[in-house]
Amino acid sequence: MNNEIEVIRASLPRAQRPDRTRRVDVGGIEISVVEWGDEKNQPLLLAHGGFDFAGTFDILGPLLASAGFRAVAWDQRGHGDSDLAALYTWEADIRDAALVLASLDATDPVPVLGHSKGGGMVDQLAEVLPHRIGAVINLDGIPNERGFAQKIDRTDVAALDTELAAWLDHRRRAGGTNRRADTLQGLAERRRIMNPRLSVEWLQYLVTVGARKDTDGWRWKIDPALRFGPSGAWKPHWAIPRLRGLHVPFLGIIGTIEEEMGWGTTPHEALPILPEGAEFHALANTGHFVHIERPEDIAEIVVDFLGRAL
Amino acid sequence: MKTTFLDHVRSQLALHELREGSGRPLLVLHGLGERSPSTAPSVTESWAGPVFGLDFTGHGDSTLPAGGGYTCEALMSDADAAIAELGPVTLLGYGLGAYVGLLLFGSRPRDIRGLVIADGPGLDGGGARPTSPMLLYVPQDETRHNTPDPWALLELASDTRPPDYAAEHVRQVAALSDMDKAIAVVSMGRPEWLEAAMESDVVFESTIAAAISMFGAG
Repeated sequence: MNNEIEVIRASLPRAQRPDRTRRVDVGGIEISVVEWGDEKNQPLLLAHGGFDFAGTFDILGPLLASAGFRAVAWDQRGHGDSDLAALYTWEADIRDAALVLASLDATDPVPVLGHSKGGGMVDQLAEVLPHRIGAVINLDGIPNERGFAQKIDRTDVAALDTELAAWLDHRRRAGGTNRRADTLQGLAERRRIMNPRLSVEWLQYLVTVGARKDTDGWRWKIDPALRFGPSGAWKPHWAIPRLRGLHVPFLGIIGTIEEEMGWGTTPHEALPILPEGAEFHALANTGHFVHIERPEDIAEIVVDFLGRAL
Repeated sequence: MKTTFLDHVRSQLALHELREGSGRPLLVLHGLGERSPSTAPSVTESWAGPVFGLDFTGHGDSTLPAGGGYTCEALMSDADAAIAELGPVTLLGYGLGAYVGLLLFGSRPRDIRGLVIADGPGLDGGGARPTSPMLLYVPQDETRHNTPDPWALLELASDTRPPDYAAEHVRQVAALSDMDKAIAVVSMGRPEWLEAAMESDVVFESTIAAAISMFGAG
């Protein structure tokens, strides 16, 4: 590790790289798995959001470990330190998650926590493996009928034409493209657009984990072939009865500041669709990335919830 | 048969020239689990231009990727890679290839001069609405050998194909292509996505020979 990384990480001592790392083969693709806390502790699986990485749990994970959990996160295929794939789908991500869960060799049902896309993933894990999931914690990944905040108006022919062509154009180029190189500080400033309330130390720390230093500069590790879209085949409202039908202890936490990467689900929308008996928190002055913005508060809520749920 | 391999994202796609010719190419898109025919189908006899067949990812001579993750949209981009190579084409799609062809026509309405929707494996997909979710499983030993990829067989037989999603793509064709009759339905199979597509005036019923003859003349 070079001095630049050491200095940045030392400036944020409450963030800790994992205690253990390992890899799980999910059918010819290797998934990077990281863990904080004693291996004999109660496992708690952590799923990051789309276009994010397991290192975003570098503050929350150690807090959960210090509360007695074995916190286990993984980089989804094409993200972070996992292998790039030729193909990506939601269903493949769920399969990968199930194999990471199986790698814990847990005999009892395991609680799962997920942020954003990861929240939707842990909801679905509880639906397809109800006997393996002990509780669900969904961080700002609660669906609504409107869908993703960035979605286009699909009745607008010109807008849809642009979206569909742009996605195909991206695919035509994707084999030979790379993410844009920048300085470490430059990447941190770009991340600030999504996380405007984070300290510069935390933003730069995230770059040291989620990006790599190439000869021409720093670039995010995420597969350059990944891109949003094309949307449309999945209807957001399909997720709602599935969520409502979960029969495991459920904790939902949302941020109340609507942001580009989020679903924008309001408390008014969330409350009627949560599983029966769910616990729910809407955090004021907090955006989509609740666990990155307020890891100490999230840890406190999660530990309290799991203390009652397990 | 002359085969060209196209580098596309992380795959190599086999594009086969099934018959030489002069003019706009006809591109054949095969059904689920199939591969491009090795010779031009007899129904293309009237087509004056060259006839090509594409092996989708995980099929025929194209790359067998690790770990599955198939979507019709990814296969649509496979076919789009062929258009990047060939220029504007007419599409003859069988089963899965017909649905993929419809998505592609709606996404590249200026680069496609007619689509024929014919019966074949994978025409239905997983239906109009999602079923209860499940974890698909393929033993690892079965995924490392030859195409077709077992993951493709499972994932592309269970994907959701909403009628309004298909109708949206047809609407793009109607609005952005200059063809009055653009999509010929010759299949006996009529899944919900196709029934929805057929509500548009640009979609018409035909025979495969008549449709190919008509698109070839246009």
